[in-house]
Formats: sequence, C-alpha cells, structure tokens
Amino acid sequence: MASLWEYANPVKFIRTAETVLPWVSILATVTLVAGLVWGFFFTPDDYRQGSTVKIIYIHVPAALMAINVWFMMLVTSLVWLIRRHHVSALAAKAAAPVGAIMTVIALATGAIWGQPMWGTWWEWDPRLTSFLILFLFYLGYMALWEAIDNPDTAADLTAVLCIVGSVFAILSRYAVNFWNQGLHQGASLSLDKEENVADVFSTPLYISIAGFILLFIALVFLRTRTEIYKRRTKALLARERLG
Amino acid sequence: MIALLMRDLRLAMRAGGGFGLGLAFFLIVTVLVPFGVGPESTLLAKIAPGILWLGALLACLLSLDRIFALDWEDGSLDLLATSPLPMEGVVSVKALAHWVTTGLPLCLAAPIFGVLLHLPDQGHTWVVLSLLIGTPALSVIGTFGAALTVGLKRGGLLLSLLVLPLYVPTLIFGSEVARRGIEGLSTTTPLLMLGGITFGTIALLPFASALVLRVNLR
Amino acid sequence: MMPDLGKYADAVLSSYVVSILLLVVLVVMSLRAAKKARAELQKLEDRRRG
Repeated sequence: MASLWEYANPVKFIRTAETVLPWVSILATVTLVAGLVWGFFFTPDDYRQGSTVKIIYIHVPAALMAINVWFMMLVTSLVWLIRRHHVSALAAKAAAPVGAIMTVIALATGAIWGQPMWGTWWEWDPRLTSFLILFLFYLGYMALWEAIDNPDTAADLTAVLCIVGSVFAILSRYAVNFWNQGLHQGASLSLDKEENVADVFSTPLYISIAGFILLFIALVFLRTRTEIYKRRTKALLARERLG
Repeated sequence: MIALLMRDLRLAMRAGGGFGLGLAFFLIVTVLVPFGVGPESTLLAKIAPGILWLGALLACLLSLDRIFALDWEDGSLDLLATSPLPMEGVVSVKALAHWVTTGLPLCLAAPIFGVLLHLPDQGHTWVVLSLLIGTPALSVIGTFGAALTVGLKRGGLLLSLLVLPLYVPTLIFGSEVARRGIEGLSTTTPLLMLGGITFGTIALLPFASALVLRVNLR
Repeated sequence: MMPDLGKYADAVLSSYVVSILLLVVLVVMSLRAAKKARAELQKLEDRRRG
C-alpha cells in the first residue's frame, strides 16, 4: 500500500490532483446544492425562530469549517516543520484564505441571524468574539506569507506562527468565556440526542456540512496545485537568470 | 548575558534609543481619551482601568520593532548568533531589556496618569499590580513578533497585525483584575490566569522566538 | 415554488445571498489563479524546450 508520505512529492501530488479534482468538485457541487436546496425549500419553519432557522444550513457548516481549517493548517504546519514536505507547507498556505472566508460567512450569517432573534447585529458574546479573533489570526497568517520572499523562510515562519497562534487562540477562547457569558446557544449538533436539533432539520444539515467539507477539499487540491506551479515558475525563472 | 543586558539598556537610554517615547505615547493616549468620550468624571472613572491597560499595550507595541531592528542593521545580530550564548538566552535578554525600558516605566507611570482619568483610589494598586504581572508577557510575546518580522522592510504594520491578536488573553485578564479589584469583587481567578500566562510565555515562547530568529538569519 | 419565509424573509435571503456570493468569489478566484499559474509555467517550459 502506498504510504501517505508519497503524496509529499509535488509531481505525485499534481498527478493525484489531476485525477481526484474533477470527482471531488462534482461531488462537492452536488452535495452542497442538495444540502442547501433541501434546507432552503423543503424544511419546515421552527416554532420559535420562524424561517430564520434556514440560516443554520450555512451558518453551522461555515463555523465548523472555520475552526477545522485552522486545525488542518496546524497539522500541515507540524508536518512541514518535522518532515520538511513542501506540499504540506503549501497546503497550509492554500487553505488559509478558504478558512478566512468561512469565518467571514459564519460571522456574517450570525449577524444577520442575530438581528431578528436577539435584536442586535453584534453582541460581544464569547462565541462571536472568538470567531472575530480567529479571523484576525487568519489575516495575520496570510499577511506573513505575503510579506516574505524566500518560500522556505516563509513556510518556516508561518508554521511557527500557526502553532503559537493555536495556543493563543485557545487561551483567548477561555479568556473571552471568562470575560462575558453569552447569548449564543450551545452546540447545535452533539452526540447527546436530547439536546440536538430535530431530525427534520438535521438531515439536510449533515448533507450541507458534507458539502462544505468536500468543497474545502476540492479548493485545497486546486489551490495547492496552483502554489506548486507558482513555485516551479519561480525556480525556473531564477535558473534562467543565473545562466 | 548580563553584559548583553547592560549594553541593551545603555543603548535604549541613549538619545535616539526611544526610551521616553513609549511613556510619551502613553501620556498622549491618556490625554486624548477624554477628548473622544467627553469629560464626565463618572464615565472616565469607569473606563479608566481599561484605557490604562490599552494605552500601556499600545505603547509597548510601538517600541517592539526596535528590539531587533538596530542589531539587524549593523550586523551585531549575526555576531550574537555565533556567540556561545544560546539563541534562547539572547531572546530572553532582549525581552527583559524591553520590559525594563518600556514595561516597567509604564507600570510606574500608570497611577499618575490614572489621576487624569479619575481612577478611583482603590484602583491604583490594582492597576499597578495587574500591569506589573501582565506587562512581562507583553514584552515576551512582542519579542516573538519582532523576531518573526526582523528582516522585513515594511515590518511595522505587519508586526502589529501579528502581535495584537496574541495580546488578547493578557489584555482581557489584566484589565479584568483591575476592574474587579475596583468593584470589590474577587480577583483571584483572573490574577492566577494572568500570572499563568506571564510565566507560561516566559518559559515557552523564547524557544519559538529563537527558532524563528535562526530561520531569519539563515 | 418559493417557500413562504414570513417576516424573516430579508434575513434568510440576505444570508443565503451573501454566503453564496462569497463562496462563488472564492471559487472563481481560485480557478483564475490556477489557470494563470498553469499558463505561466507552460509558457516557461515551452521556451526552455526551445
């Protein structure tokens, strides 16, 4: 069986991306459209929240992705620092803007949802505040990648920033919790059935979450491939200039 | 190590070292706040601890790029890197020198500037105490940010973007200590958390700073 | 066809529109960057081969 580390080879990665990308893209589109259409057109209104409950099919998957993309960046950063696989570092770089957009979507839909439900666009609630801080971390991470010319230096520095940032992000989460108790409800999806949202709502929600995950995978494949092309172009140009 | 510390302190004290700059900035922020929010003393007294903490934090941020910039320009950072002193030691000493030249004066000036903001009497002790415990963390975290951006030409703005999110927990617990102290609530939990953050960052972050500094000097 | 969204129609519709717009922008930008990077590399490699 092929080892996972084989995909660290850029050429191999590109070949894999070529075969996988079309399928993942189609699957992502189908699931995402299915989840959102089901959620938007074919779910009943909630007896308390009215039709705003339909926002959940975007809000919850985006929020889940916002956190998990950062987690994926943390893992790939560690892989880069320990095993020096270039694809791993580039995958982290490729994922960051996707995570940032997911955070914005979670914040924006949250604000739009909060307006009718809580009577305010914004509340310094721990969950909202944590997401805002997470967004700042994404911004700093992307800015550091942009600022450094040497790709290996950039990969090293951003990887360390990602690890240190993760620790501080968790610290911030606790600090913010301590600082203000919030309006936001607890987790919408948990293994404990009692607290869970009802089945009519949860099935399209799971499909939508799957769609967001597939979309993320497709985007990371695509964007990592772009980064590999860019790296190769840069290397070729440098070689030409030398002679 | 002591020689390096003394050298950094002397350089900071000398003209152009920016020793008083942080303090002056802190004063200006304190003076400008009443212009922004109005002169009502009850309102000012309420927000005073937060403003003092925020002012100290910004003054600290402002002086961060000096930590390595001068040594980077004249090449003495490379010398330090090849010296027998481990990089972790260099970074720690730099952070300590930064704290002595900016953090400590800010702590001492805070109660005086607090008068301008009608800080309640019992608040002075709490503000100074929380700043004394919290500002070392600001210096250590800032040193990490400075090490990340050391070779960059337009590093200043980027440095703030990187460091400010890292300052969030320290700011929250620090100003919480001051606020609860003034309201007469229990301050044990935020004090312990603040102390924990400070000691944790002092113990662990120099390794990260040294790592990125080595990468930048490569 | 269109479900009755009641008094919250604005909120529901705008969050769907905003989110889908953001996702479309992200996908389009990723695709364009991919195309550009590929074309540049192709050009360079063609030139190298002569």
